[in-house]
Amino acid sequence: MSDYAQMELNPRGAVKSESPLAMTRARVAQAASPQEARVLICEKAFLGHLVLRGNADDEAFRAGVERALGLALPLEMGPLSLDEARGISIQWMSPDEWLLIVPAGQEFAAEAALRGQLTGHYAVMNVSGGQTLLELSGPCVRELLMKCTPYDVHPRHFPVGKGVTSVFAKSSAVIRRVGEARWELVIRRSFADYLYSWILDAAEEFGVFVASGEAARSAARDAARELATEAR
Amino acid sequence: MSQQNRLGTGGRIDRSRPLRFTFNGVDYQGFAGDTLASALLANGVDVVNRSFKYSRPRGIVAAGAEEPNAIVQLGASEAAQVPNVRATQQALYGGLVAASTNGWPNVDRDLMGVIGSVGGKFMPPGFYYKTFMAPASLWPKYEKYIRKAAGLGRVPKEADPDIYDHINRHCDVLVIGAGPAGLAAALAAARSGARVILCDEQEEMGGSLLDSRELVDGRPASAWAAAVLAELATLPEVLVLPRTTANGYHDHNFVTLHERRTEHLADLAPSLNGRRQVRARMHRVRAGEVILATGTHERPLVFSNNDVPGNLVAGAVSTYIRRYAVVPGRRLVLSTANDHAYRAALDWHDAGREVVAIVDAREHPEGDLVNEARARNIRIIPGSAVIEAQGKKRVSAVQVARIDIGGFKVAGRVETLACDTIATSGGYSPVVHLAAHTGARPEWRDDILGFVPGKVPGMTPVGGVHGKGALIEALADGAAAGTAAAQRTGFTAPAVELPKVAKVREGKAAALYQVPHVKPAMRAPKQFVDPQNDVTAAGIELATREGFESIEHVKRYTGMGFGTDQGKLGNINGMAIAARCLKQTIPQTGTTVFRPNYTPVTFGAIAGRNCREFFDPRRFTALHAWHVEHGAKFEEVGQWMRPWYFPRGNESMHEAVQRECRAVRESVGILDASTLGKIEIQGKDAREFLNRLYTNAWTKLDVGKCRYGLMCKDDGMVMDDGVTACIAENHFHMTTTTGGAAAVLDWMELWHQTEWPELEVYFNSVTDHWAAMAINGPNARKLLAELTDDIDLSGENFKFMDWRAGTVAGVPARVYRISFTGELSFEINVQANHALHVWQALFDKGEKYGLTPYGTETMHVLRAEKGFIIVGQETDGSMTPEDLGMQWCVGYKKPFSWIGRRALTRPDTKREDRKQLVGLKPLDPQLVLDEGAQIVLEKEIRIPMPMVGHVTSSYFSPTLGHAFALAVVKGGSQRMGQTVYLPMADGRVHAAEVVSPVFYDAEGARQHV
Amino acid sequence: MLHIYCPHCAEYREEEEFRPKGEAHIARPVAPEAASDEEWGTYLFFRKNPRGLHHELWYHAAGCRKFFNATRDTVSYQILETYKVGQKPSVVAGQSSNKGAAK
Repeated sequence: MSDYAQMELNPRGAVKSESPLAMTRARVAQAASPQEARVLICEKAFLGHLVLRGNADDEAFRAGVERALGLALPLEMGPLSLDEARGISIQWMSPDEWLLIVPAGQEFAAEAALRGQLTGHYAVMNVSGGQTLLELSGPCVRELLMKCTPYDVHPRHFPVGKGVTSVFAKSSAVIRRVGEARWELVIRRSFADYLYSWILDAAEEFGVFVASGEAARSAARDAARELATEAR
Repeated sequence: MSQQNRLGTGGRIDRSRPLRFTFNGVDYQGFAGDTLASALLANGVDVVNRSFKYSRPRGIVAAGAEEPNAIVQLGASEAAQVPNVRATQQALYGGLVAASTNGWPNVDRDLMGVIGSVGGKFMPPGFYYKTFMAPASLWPKYEKYIRKAAGLGRVPKEADPDIYDHINRHCDVLVIGAGPAGLAAALAAARSGARVILCDEQEEMGGSLLDSRELVDGRPASAWAAAVLAELATLPEVLVLPRTTANGYHDHNFVTLHERRTEHLADLAPSLNGRRQVRARMHRVRAGEVILATGTHERPLVFSNNDVPGNLVAGAVSTYIRRYAVVPGRRLVLSTANDHAYRAALDWHDAGREVVAIVDAREHPEGDLVNEARARNIRIIPGSAVIEAQGKKRVSAVQVARIDIGGFKVAGRVETLACDTIATSGGYSPVVHLAAHTGARPEWRDDILGFVPGKVPGMTPVGGVHGKGALIEALADGAAAGTAAAQRTGFTAPAVELPKVAKVREGKAAALYQVPHVKPAMRAPKQFVDPQNDVTAAGIELATREGFESIEHVKRYTGMGFGTDQGKLGNINGMAIAARCLKQTIPQTGTTVFRPNYTPVTFGAIAGRNCREFFDPRRFTALHAWHVEHGAKFEEVGQWMRPWYFPRGNESMHEAVQRECRAVRESVGILDASTLGKIEIQGKDAREFLNRLYTNAWTKLDVGKCRYGLMCKDDGMVMDDGVTACIAENHFHMTTTTGGAAAVLDWMELWHQTEWPELEVYFNSVTDHWAAMAINGPNARKLLAELTDDIDLSGENFKFMDWRAGTVAGVPARVYRISFTGELSFEINVQANHALHVWQALFDKGEKYGLTPYGTETMHVLRAEKGFIIVGQETDGSMTPEDLGMQWCVGYKKPFSWIGRRALTRPDTKREDRKQLVGLKPLDPQLVLDEGAQIVLEKEIRIPMPMVGHVTSSYFSPTLGHAFALAVVKGGSQRMGQTVYLPMADGRVHAAEVVSPVFYDAEGARQHV
Repeated sequence: MLHIYCPHCAEYREEEEFRPKGEAHIARPVAPEAASDEEWGTYLFFRKNPRGLHHELWYHAAGCRKFFNATRDTVSYQILETYKVGQKPSVVAGQSSNKGAAK
């Protein structure tokens, strides 16, 4: 046995999995369609979430991460390393900590790739069951976020491609801006019901549409883009 | 009812939109654009309240936030009740219902007024303390009536149906106040492209520009305000917030703005587009620069009977005439110590009403406004002041006399002038309140006879609050500050061309606060300083004579500037009087500390969205929906909602817990253990870190094994416990208590980051990642065997305190053979997204074993039977491992002096009479002792008597057949077999025998099978 | 509500992201077992409570989860500097406090 034990945690056979929001139902009136809503919300469930720790000053570590993932390690708070086509992102969380998000089911492979490339003092920890990602889009998302976090989400301070961790309602969240009017929140499983309900409640005045399933998700995204364009 | 005081033309009200409203049960009519106060004055309502202490009739004094008397209760229905609303700040809307807050049974016939007028002389400051405090036991009786008589409104008895929220804002420049200086500042800053917020508490922005007599660029001043606001509205980075009060100014330019979004529309928030509207919103603003443009409050003069309705501050008279087209009387006497107040007389005269006289405290008034009054042949009485008002519910006349300000005496004959309205002005006090919130002490300026804000980093006062009250100066001051503030936040602001304003020549003001009377202040009719709190000049004089020299003490003794008033109208006068009595200057006397909130803020706005279901986050496990479906009763543990017990049918809690306990001891039960904190530890120094963190040794723990560990703080006191498993040589999985998870992780980071950064180890929370299901009981192995084919569950290959990786119900799992019940037990951990599948599979297979879900209560009974501690229940931050009888868990031989070790050899931690964990067996086997009950050693109760400990956990055990408890008792380990006593509040004294804390299976045979 | 510059995130953040952790630079005695009871008691329990400059340990709990130090004036609440664990303050009591403005 090696010094670290990696474990595939996804079942091979058919098992009904539940996202952290499986229990939560929309609790407030929602706009009937994405066209009427100025905030669209959709969960991207079951993604692979990994915590990567290591020494950013170590060139071998940086190079190893880049070889394993094909993405550069961000070296300061703020700018995400993001490959939307492959669905991979790396976010600086701390001087020696990064959040790696990969497509659903790929967490084991990503961890293996990292372990294959890295040596010395580092750590990779799978946290996929412990968090989920929400995508918020639409012209009023910024104002909605202002009701939730003390972090300044103004475009001058929060350009596209930035990610931070801050207080969110009475909990916390990772907040990422992935498009002009498209944001992502990474929230913890046990707080997901609270935060999701909070967001729906706070978004009520703007009209909020909850998208579920891939089709609704892309429809929502298109609508958000239109609305964002109009808003500009 | 007609609006007899309303002018036919002028003002900023909309005569085409009449609005009906009700005050104290009487219907009136006003116009859109009115405040409740202007509408009441338009209708000739003189008495709007009764005073707080003496119950004297009171009328409207001011036109803004400083109004002390017109404080009303608002709301047509019970749920809509709002107390403490200033009528001067409440916009009129159709159907508004308001009532006076004081006055019982009503303001016109007030029973307390009889007591006030008879007893007034006998109610000096400290009256309540001196009169009603003895005997102390009777105070609650007195208090009931005193409170009834002296109220400031009441809270609603029904829940508020409206919603409120908070919004976080960041800006480069925050401008507080939209008068001339504020508007100029906002415009200058905004044109630079900086992010600017402009807020103002009034319905309409513009401040003094809205009632100014002066022309700006040759047009009415209000037109300039409108043009600036129009430009600001076009700038994308500017936020303009009307009806928004900066209520608190906190550290580092953090300002809270209380925005009233619907209170000008109705008493409950109307819906908009079918959606609920936020009624009030708290903006939490972090500003790079704050420009304070809060202007001034006019100081009234303090003279006898100055509270008779019909006595206003001069500026308010101008505001009511020019802004609301209301002349609040017929015959005016103005008493002033400065030029500026002459506007009131000129406005009154313009309105076609009689100005009886202008009484000016200065011997030789000289200035443009004075000349204008002379030109209109208005009688000016120099060197004099109004010394007393006459009238009961309305002014009927005034007494005017020559005064000697320096000598503080009346210096000539007293003349009586008939009139129905008095306007007074003692000067203009800068509104320093917000700056004072930051702790900056206001600074006195002799040239303006007022306190200006102390220095606050990143804050610039402009306009009136900066001692630049004249319009031409205020505009220039604001524009310059706006430009400079934008520049300091990194923006280049083009210069703002100032509008043309003629300079108004004004003479020097006189320093007049309290007007002398022919009688000494103590015997003259009451001279009110703070009408809201019924504080008189004599009261302040008395306070100083009784030895109160600090202005803060004078404030507390008299009540001056208390409560919602926060010293807006009267404080400077009060300080001046205290200074005179103490024979010192005003700056030597100083100001009291003005505190947030500037004006009252509704609780809704303070709570925002953090109420009802959002009061505190509720954390759920992956299995929560199942628990709900199966009727669980929940218990909050930290923020987690944990199943407490699972009643069947009509079972009581006791019955359910007894059944759940038996199921575990006799067959198999299951607990959702997902809330336990879980921390993943990786790194080559992980083992060494655990050695330093835990009290026991970790060097020899093999891969595949688990160990229980105790954690102490460096003072030697137990802070957490849990089981940690060795996953691989440099890889561990730690569990913590449910409530301690976050604190333990922070604790580990603290030591790693500050003391031992050289250790190569990383930690991360995996609490939410893993769901944990603990199956406990003699049939646990049989049950698990049905769901796994890749884990050898045999007792010899999977021993107690081993863990194995494998598959359970088709899901990859880590199974830990650990036990918190003393039974054969397996804790199954799977990635949380797959937890429900595994849980349900266990129930599918578990039916034949009677698999029983159990909650925290059963868990507590079962662990207590085994003498297992719960950190935070058996411990309280003062228990060492040895106090808990857990010496077996302390590795004194470990080479590194682990956290807590050194403290365990301090004399105090070595004492033999420390409280120690014991078991208690009540002599009555059915008696469940109260948790928290104090323990004594003697049966006969005397007071005081030494208390030697308390009960920490107490239950009835169906397995043992009797009640039992855990307790901490001084020197308890030496008291085995002794009887101790537990006196209860109801006089009963329970008795219990001190026994071992392990009540069940002391050898541990059951968990090792 | 303080506005605190996190030296790890390299920007100002709101106070609610942070937790104060008391006096900074409390070093654990290197050889605890050799420390007298008095020395150990002093390390455990005795803390400064100055009026004026104070060096404090803060934790960026809702951000990067790193500990750092701040030099704060306990009267004005101005934070004169924040600096990483292991570094020394550049502003100390009794010295001119105009260097190292809040960064």
